[in-house]
Amino acid sequence: MAISPKDTRGHDARAGSGLPRERLVVVGNGMASLRFLERLTEVSPGRFDITCIGAEPTAAYNRVLLSSLLGGEVDEAACAFRGLDWYADHGIRLITGAPVTQIDRENGLVIVGETHVLPFDKLVLAVGSLPIRLPKPGMDLPGVITFRDLADVVAIRKAAVQHARAVVIGGGLLGLEAAVGLARLGVETTLLHVMDRLMERQLDHHAAGLVKRAMEARGVQVILKADTDRIEGASRVERLVLTDGTVLPADLVVMSVGVRPSVALAKEAGLTIGRGITVDDRMTTSDARIFALGECAEHRGQIYGLVEPAYEHAETLARHLSGQPAEYRGTALSTSLKVSGLPVFSAGIVDTPDDAEAIVLSDPGAGLYRKLLVREGRLIGAVFVGDIAEQGACKDLIRSGDPITNVDDLMFGRAAPEPLAA
Amino acid sequence: MTQPVAAPTVRTTCPYCGVGCGVLATPDGQGGATIAGDSEHPANFGRLCSKGSALGETLSLENRLLHPQVDGAQVSWDAALDTVAKKLSAIAAEHGPDAIAFYLSGQLLTEDYYVANKLAKGFIGTPHVDTNSRLCMSSAVAAHRRAFGSDTVPGCYEDLDEADLIVLVGSNTAWCHPILFRRMADAKERRGTKFVVIDPRRTQTAQESDLFLGIRPGTDTALFSGLLVYLSDHGFRDRAFVDAHTAGLDGALDRARQIAPDLAAVAAVTGVPEADIAAFYALFAGTRRVVTAFSQGVNQSAQGTDKGNSIINCHLITGRIGETGMGPFSLTGQPNAMGGREVGGLANMLAAHMHFTPEEVDRVRRYWGAPRIITGEGMKAVALFEAVSRGKIKALWVMGTNPLVSMPRADAIRESLAGLDLYVVSEAVADSDTARGRGRTTVLLPAQAWGEKDGTVTNSERRISRQRRFLTSPGEARPDWAALADVGRRLGHGRAFAFDSAAAIFREHAGLSAYENNGTRDFDLGALAEISDAAYDVTLPVQWPIPKRSGFRGAPQGKARLFGDGRFYTFDRRARFVAVQPPGLAQEVSEAFPFVLNTGRVRDHWHTMTRTGKSQRLSAHRAVPFVEVHPEDVAARGLADGAIARLTTEHGEAELEVMVTDAVAPGSLFMPMHWGSAFASKARVGALVRGMPDPVSGQPELKAAPASIAPVAYRARGFLLTRRQVAMPEGWWWARAAITGGWGAQFATADSSRAVALMVRGLIQSEALSGCELAEYADHARDRYRCAVYDGDRLVACLAYAPAGERPGWEAAKALFATEAPDAAARRALLSGRAATASAGPVVCACHGVGADVIATTVAGGATSVEAVGAACKAGTNCGSCIPEIRKMLAAQTARAA
Repeated sequence: MAISPKDTRGHDARAGSGLPRERLVVVGNGMASLRFLERLTEVSPGRFDITCIGAEPTAAYNRVLLSSLLGGEVDEAACAFRGLDWYADHGIRLITGAPVTQIDRENGLVIVGETHVLPFDKLVLAVGSLPIRLPKPGMDLPGVITFRDLADVVAIRKAAVQHARAVVIGGGLLGLEAAVGLARLGVETTLLHVMDRLMERQLDHHAAGLVKRAMEARGVQVILKADTDRIEGASRVERLVLTDGTVLPADLVVMSVGVRPSVALAKEAGLTIGRGITVDDRMTTSDARIFALGECAEHRGQIYGLVEPAYEHAETLARHLSGQPAEYRGTALSTSLKVSGLPVFSAGIVDTPDDAEAIVLSDPGAGLYRKLLVREGRLIGAVFVGDIAEQGACKDLIRSGDPITNVDDLMFGRAAPEPLAA
Repeated sequence: MTQPVAAPTVRTTCPYCGVGCGVLATPDGQGGATIAGDSEHPANFGRLCSKGSALGETLSLENRLLHPQVDGAQVSWDAALDTVAKKLSAIAAEHGPDAIAFYLSGQLLTEDYYVANKLAKGFIGTPHVDTNSRLCMSSAVAAHRRAFGSDTVPGCYEDLDEADLIVLVGSNTAWCHPILFRRMADAKERRGTKFVVIDPRRTQTAQESDLFLGIRPGTDTALFSGLLVYLSDHGFRDRAFVDAHTAGLDGALDRARQIAPDLAAVAAVTGVPEADIAAFYALFAGTRRVVTAFSQGVNQSAQGTDKGNSIINCHLITGRIGETGMGPFSLTGQPNAMGGREVGGLANMLAAHMHFTPEEVDRVRRYWGAPRIITGEGMKAVALFEAVSRGKIKALWVMGTNPLVSMPRADAIRESLAGLDLYVVSEAVADSDTARGRGRTTVLLPAQAWGEKDGTVTNSERRISRQRRFLTSPGEARPDWAALADVGRRLGHGRAFAFDSAAAIFREHAGLSAYENNGTRDFDLGALAEISDAAYDVTLPVQWPIPKRSGFRGAPQGKARLFGDGRFYTFDRRARFVAVQPPGLAQEVSEAFPFVLNTGRVRDHWHTMTRTGKSQRLSAHRAVPFVEVHPEDVAARGLADGAIARLTTEHGEAELEVMVTDAVAPGSLFMPMHWGSAFASKARVGALVRGMPDPVSGQPELKAAPASIAPVAYRARGFLLTRRQVAMPEGWWWARAAITGGWGAQFATADSSRAVALMVRGLIQSEALSGCELAEYADHARDRYRCAVYDGDRLVACLAYAPAGERPGWEAAKALFATEAPDAAARRALLSGRAATASAGPVVCACHGVGADVIATTVAGGATSVEAVGAACKAGTNCGSCIPEIRKMLAAQTARAA
């Protein structure tokens, strides 16, 4: 556990007025938490007496880069966001390596095991999510690792010695990244996915096929419709067995079959819970003093596992707590990512509904795929692989529901200006 | 004698038009050659037009006929010629020798022509030997013979350099004889030569003229009858010349006066303003050095011979003939139409400018030692093919021409072939319409192409030049003369056909021209009758007549001009004025067929495209068969520029892309003659025209067919680019053109984008494309589709499809297709239809491959003259045939700026 020196300088008018500042406690120090702190201190510097408690031993880092870190493309320093001095300079008391164990709403306290008791006037829960472990035999064997945080990366790298064989379970974004990272380390890597295509929530068959091809080009063997039956090994993982009987020898199994919002704390505190911690359009939970954001929050029945909505949450809440009008209406489901250098974008509806028309650009040899789904002249979905330059325009159109003015511009980018006046 | 060139460069002659330019060919050792103009050749002095410059691109063996075939099966030469000889004997025995016909070509060498003519007329004994020259200049031949008593072109190219007035009648010289037009343009530059252009169509040549007379189709004789009257009435008659050297003026003048009594009458008939006619007459009358050059607009007419004579009449009355810078001048269409005429390879000639007087027949019989010499004229092309239809002809041997595209009523001819007992085609190209025809027995004989052949050709100014071999013959291709001689020997005439070389044939040919000549016949090659093989290689080019002891100390000396001495080849040595018929078209327009359909060439194609169709540069200028329609006629007929229209005549139909232009007059249409079924779905001129023959020459009228035009509503337009030629789907409109790296087809179809995409998917799974990968862009809701097929990184094909109103442009895609393995941006551009870089636009300058957009940029950038444009982007600096188009763009820019 570490505590940064608390800055006592007051910037807010209220500080000057002598009134005690409101105590704001932020539980969790992930990407959503940091973005919130940044925005809040930007909009209302010194307004709150802020304490941020993170369970991980380091300050917030760029989780998105974990796979690059795993693959050795970047080092740990590149993943860092803000140094401890930043927190200090902005009057934020940062406590790391301190998993919160209880919220005492009645008394307005956040309790960290035996060590800390932090009183709050306002509480922000940014506790993220937990990786899922399949309920199959052998999942607790040493060598079966989830892929979620820096510690996981360290564990995986340790196991990924020369000539090691790794199996990654889960063909979602994170699983793909883990697999590519492993392959890059020279590990013989197999990716298992239970569905008939990778990233089925974000990609249609064609795009998923391209991604699969890209994975294979990067040395990852991909097995679709692969249902894990069990993991076997004497003292640690030795093999993985599929339901069809296929046996895959493995020195390392990385589990990446999804995450589930981290709700234990909130649930115990008696907050309203759905799949995540239920919040309204101002990120407020069932307790008006308590807010939730990021992957742990459930807004309008929707939970998000991506950084972009988390940042929107942070923005909304920062404004709200600064007394500015703020309203979060949900994030159009979109994904922009790079599967080890291959840009992929997906927004809105993925598979073509009967009442919509698909416009498709496909050049598998060039690793290029673009699909636009159009209903009555309006964009309702887009899937891009290989080049995602027009993603911003697509997202705007899907969100606004405005008619498409030039579908070619969306598909191919704006035409180069004509050399001559017509 | 010209300087020899360093090996391996070979001095030869261009195989296209009748200008007969000298070409230097340097073979690259891989079946290709670098082509340059021969600066020592007196026809072109080093210049070449776009077609000639691109000869190197036409040498590929794609589509070549390489082996003899009998009824589609490959056989040995011996077997093929045995079949021919046996069938010919049998047919001659059963139906008589005149059931056998030969249809020859202005593309044949003189030596080939000579052996064919000798075999048919002296040894088989059939008079039915005609040629595609019948479609080209037989009216000029007939006019010459009526006026001069011989088929003599009186002047030479130098006259074009030295004239003060050049009248171009029915000749788009700028496009069809570009090198001569350059000489004329140089004369204009140097001495201010004036151009008058007479044509129903405002051609590129017309745009360069000082005075353009846009006469109604077929009214040329009215214009020149009026001129004759004017010259006579205004004191321009050369009394001494007319009195001493001509006959028949009174009758001709009477008739002319009936047709064209005054300017008003001429204006009424021709539709040309009186003032313009007056200006022309005054100009002609006042200029002694005047050349009247005429071409297919005069010849391809049911009154072609009269048109020619009405022109010659005006030169005779003024005595303007046979001297420097003056004379009537027939511009010949084909490289060796003149050679064919010299040989006598036409149905109304016997041989060597001899006809059918008993003395002439006997002379030729004795010279040849011919057992079955013919004694009268045979059937001319139109009649000959009609006789095939009627079953009168049982054996037809076609050499080096494509009558199933070019002949009038070509569809009927195609069907009638089935009735032939023997159909022989000597061809270089395997897939021409004619090579695909079928008789009861069909024999295909592989011929040599240009670069492989060896022999002589004669150009429009009577200049005999050598076409020389610089490539080895592919497959089993042989000289046509050798095949003919082999048949002659098989028929038992070993001695008469014991030729062992082209030179030997030429000597015999020259010998016949001089045989018992003594100055009575214009055509005399006496000085060359004993030419050695070595001299045959170096002496030419020369101009005939070149009698024995013609030059200084008996050295051979050709003659640039004839008739300067006023002595013609009639029995009384006087030229004849000819009383011509009043002008009229063979077929008048009607309610059902209200338009007059004119036909002709485009700048960069030649005949039925079997050669030029292989060149991407030449195919870029006009890539699809089109029909020119005047703006006034567009709306009323529901037509639109760039859309497809169906052209219908009494005899057939064609589907062509509409090109709206005021170059044609209202009520007139123009379509090019080039596209056969190897290059377009339905664009054969020959299928449309009736071809009513001229009563004297037998040349059919091809430029004034009554026609109707209506839009064809295709759902979509697009293009398909492939590395190799592919068959297009049934029911699609299409036109194929060579492009860099392969073939491009533009198409129109009734199929939906979805159907096309499905078809493509089917093809991708076929064996032909196994292992290939499909890249596509599909927007079926908007009926759009594009795709590209890759074999690894190699681009194999690409296709674009869009609704007809938004026809996809193919310039950008063609440029991308030129690369074997396009990069990522190019791959994307192929699917987007958006150029990765600015497109050059449709090609204007074929020589340097400069597009309209590039020239427009240059012009917009401040270039104010053709020279400035050329300096900036090279356009127009080689053959110059695009200069009119550049000038037009300059004018448009000036108009905008004003």
